[in-house]
Amino acid sequence: MTQLYHELEPAQEVERELIEKVSIVVSKGSLDGIYPALIMANGARMEGIEADLFFTFFGLDALRKDRQAKIKVATVGNPGLHMPTLVGAIPGMSWVATKMMARQMESLDIPPIGEFLELIHDSGGGIYACHATVEMFGLTEDDFVPQVDGILTVGEFYDRSAGAQIIFT
Amino acid sequence: MAMTEVAGADVEVDAEGFLVYPEDWNRVLAEEIARENGIPELTPRHWQVVEFMRERYLETGTAPSIRSLGKESGVPIKELYQLFPKGPAKLAAKIGGIPKPRGCI
Repeated sequence: MTQLYHELEPAQEVERELIEKVSIVVSKGSLDGIYPALIMANGARMEGIEADLFFTFFGLDALRKDRQAKIKVATVGNPGLHMPTLVGAIPGMSWVATKMMARQMESLDIPPIGEFLELIHDSGGGIYACHATVEMFGLTEDDFVPQVDGILTVGEFYDRSAGAQIIFT
Repeated sequence: MAMTEVAGADVEVDAEGFLVYPEDWNRVLAEEIARENGIPELTPRHWQVVEFMRERYLETGTAPSIRSLGKESGVPIKELYQLFPKGPAKLAAKIGGIPKPRGCI
């Protein structure tokens, strides 16, 4: 039976449940794919919320010694930049866009990726690499920066994430 | 805005318990706010962070980011989180009697 809106019981005053833990999955290897996750993880720690980062597929580049400093803004297939595809495809374009963004971020006190991972790690945030991706790319622990806490299978990731909000980026 | 009695004095605080007027602040008040927020005693290392936050805010009008707190306060990030487990920037601002930091970093 339908009820008229005004006949509904007034909403109960419920106590707001605060977020205590977040697990953030980083699957993209572009600058704009990685930063939001780092900002959210650090922001969680700043609020006293537990935070884990789980890097998978090309997101793993953020943890790779040989690639971390080479991460760039995607200038092709990124409509948010409002740049024609053919212009975005000109060699060096993504380097230029990355430099510009890096300067802007530095002025806002947002650290480069390496320093940001260090900040999150020192804040007590967990930094993990995805086991399947590590195997797929033929990597070993030596390929990663020292802030990496371990290589996890999906099962181990879910186990660690018990009680957490899982965020996929 | 609400008035609350802290350390025997009436001070105005916002909904989250941050002082509305930084000039209401004193060290006894700081100890009291710390106790209410789960820090039983302010050690010299706590004070170093709290004073750095407060001075920086009074000089520049904004509280420092966690990044500059770690770099410039003389207390590294790891220790900041040991001293203030529920968020160093937020708690040190509260104890230092300045508004809640608004930045995302």
